[in-house]
Amino acid sequence: MSEKQFSNPVVRWIDHRLPIFTFLNHEAHEYPTPKNLNYFWNFGSLAGIALVVMIITGIALSMSYTAHVDYAFESVERIMRDVNHGWLLRYIHMNGASFFFIVVFIHIFRGLYYGSYKAPRELLWILGVVILLLMMATAFMGYVLPWGQMSFWGATVITNLFSAIPGVGEAIVSWLWGGFSVDNPTLNRFFSLHFLLPFVIVGVVVLHLVALHRFGSNNPLGIDTKGPQDTLPFHPYYTIKDFFGLSVFLTFFAAAVFFFPNFMGHPDNYIPANALQTPAHIVPEWYFLPFYAILRAVPDKLGGVLAMFGAIAVLFVLPWLDRSPVRSGRFRPVFKIFFWLLLADCVLLGYIGAKPAEGVYVLIGRLATVWYFVHFLVILPILSVVETPRPLPQSISKPIFSGSGGMAGAAAAPKEKV
Amino acid sequence: MSNNKSTKNAKATAEPQKSRRDFIVVASYAMGAVGAGAFAWPLIDQMNPAADTLALASIEVDVSKIAEGQSITLKWRGKPVFIRHRTAAEIAEAEKVISADLRDPEEDTARVQKPEYLVVLGVCTHLGCVPLGQKVGEVRGEYDGWFCPCHGSHYDSSGRIRKGPAPTNLEVPPYSFLSDAVIRIG
Repeated sequence: MSEKQFSNPVVRWIDHRLPIFTFLNHEAHEYPTPKNLNYFWNFGSLAGIALVVMIITGIALSMSYTAHVDYAFESVERIMRDVNHGWLLRYIHMNGASFFFIVVFIHIFRGLYYGSYKAPRELLWILGVVILLLMMATAFMGYVLPWGQMSFWGATVITNLFSAIPGVGEAIVSWLWGGFSVDNPTLNRFFSLHFLLPFVIVGVVVLHLVALHRFGSNNPLGIDTKGPQDTLPFHPYYTIKDFFGLSVFLTFFAAAVFFFPNFMGHPDNYIPANALQTPAHIVPEWYFLPFYAILRAVPDKLGGVLAMFGAIAVLFVLPWLDRSPVRSGRFRPVFKIFFWLLLADCVLLGYIGAKPAEGVYVLIGRLATVWYFVHFLVILPILSVVETPRPLPQSISKPIFSGSGGMAGAAAAPKEKV
Repeated sequence: MSNNKSTKNAKATAEPQKSRRDFIVVASYAMGAVGAGAFAWPLIDQMNPAADTLALASIEVDVSKIAEGQSITLKWRGKPVFIRHRTAAEIAEAEKVISADLRDPEEDTARVQKPEYLVVLGVCTHLGCVPLGQKVGEVRGEYDGWFCPCHGSHYDSSGRIRKGPAPTNLEVPPYSFLSDAVIRIG
C-alpha cells in the first residue's frame, strides 16, 4: 500500500519532520470504517464537540467569574446582564452540560445494545466509563460555582456522603471542605478543579480514540469487517454524516439555549446560597437523578454510598459479566428484551430521584435499584450461557450482495475493484 | 459516457463546467465560514468592556466646592484626574507664557474651558507616574504646577511640560460643563 504523496511542497516539508498530515490522512481520511453504521454511531463525535464547546465557553466565563462566596452569585448575574453576550455564553455552558450528558448516555446505551464493550474493545469501554466519572465530577463542581441554594445544599449533601466511610470519614469530609462546612475554601478549590478536570477528560478522550482506532468501530451487526468490501473511508462518508448529525444536534441545542434555557435547571438556584436555610427539596441536576435514587434506596448511609458507586462499578466489569460471544443485541432476542427493561429501569430511577423519598416512591425506588443490579450481575451472566442467538450473517456485505448477485442500488464502495 | 446523455453532459465533457455539486460545496463552505464567524464573535466580544464598565466611563463632579487655590483628585476610568481651582495669579502666569517656546506648544486658553478650572489627567506623559502638587505642602516644581518625582518632570500652572524628560503636556480629558458648578468628564 503506497503512502499518499502530498502535492503541496510546504505540506511535504512539514510532514517529513512532523508527520501530522500523514497521521490525519490515515486516521481521519482513509480510515476504513464499517459501512453499515447507523445514526447511533454519531453520538461519539457529538460528545467530542460538546466537550470542546464546554471548554471554550467555560474559559470565556472564567474571565468574568469570581470564585468567592461574597461575589460568586453576583459575578454570574453580572455575566448575565453586563458582559457582552454573557447571557449567551452562560446559557450555552449551562445547557451544554445537560446536552453533553444526553449525548453521552445515548452513546453508552448504544454500546450496551450492540456489545461494543466486548473483546477486543474492553479497554475502550473502560476508558469511556472513566470519562463518565470525570464528567460527573466536573459537572458536580461546576454546579456549585454559581453559589445558589442548590449549589450550596447539593454540595453539602454530596460531600457529607464521605462521612459514611468508617473511621476516616469525618476527616476526609473536613479535608474536602477545607473547614467545618461548605464555605469559601470549598468554592475556591472546586473552581480550580472544575477548570482542571475538562483537560484531564481531553487526555482520556485521546486514549479512548487511540483504543478505538486499534480495532476500529463496532457496527450494528456486531460482526468483524472482513476487508475493504465491508468498509468506507471515513472521509467523506462519515465526516459528512457526522456534520449532518451535528446540525440536528445543534438545532435542538439552539432551541434549548434560546427558548427554554432554564427548563432543565432548578429555580432555587437563582436564590443566593443561605447556610441557615435548606430548600424544601434538594434535587441534583437531572443527569444525577438515577444515581441519587440508588443512593436513597438503601436505608443505611454507607450502604447507599456503596450502592451508588457500585452502579458505576458494574459498568467497569461489564465485559466480564456478559460473556456471550454474540456482540449485537440484534441477534440476541432475549437480551434485547432485558436491554429495553434496563433502559426503562434507568428512566424510572431518574423519575424516582426527583421525587421526595416518601410513600410509594421509596418502594419503587428500591425495586428499581435491585433490578438494575440484577440486570448486570445476574441476568447478563446467565444469558451468556443459556441464550440461543439468531444466526449471524456471514459478513457485513453479504446481506446486500447475496441472493440476486450483483450490486443492489447505490451500494457504492470506492475500493470495490480490489 | 454515451451520446444519449443530455446536452448538458455533452457540454460538460467538451469543456470543464461548474456543476451543481461545485455550487453546493462552495455554498456550504461559505455558510460554514459565516457560522464559524457567528460562533467566534461573541467569544471575542465578551472581552470588550462590559456594560457596567462602560457606565463608569463618565463621571460628574461638583466643582463649586473647590476653594480658590485648592486642587482635588478623582478617579476616572481607573486613572487620577486633577481639577485645580486656579488663583488669578496662576491664570496670569499661565497665559503669559509664549507657547512657541514650549516643548509641546499649546496656549493656556486652548487647555481650559473656564480659566479658573484646570482639568488634566494626573498621569506624567513620560512613563506614567502620578505627579506631586495636589496636596498642600507638596512640591510643585519650578513652574508652580506639578512635579513628577520619578524622573524630574516639571509642569506649569496649565499642566504643560517645562523641564524634564516628559514629551507632552498633561492630557486634558474630554469634559463639559453641565452647569456652572458641575462638569462631566468623559
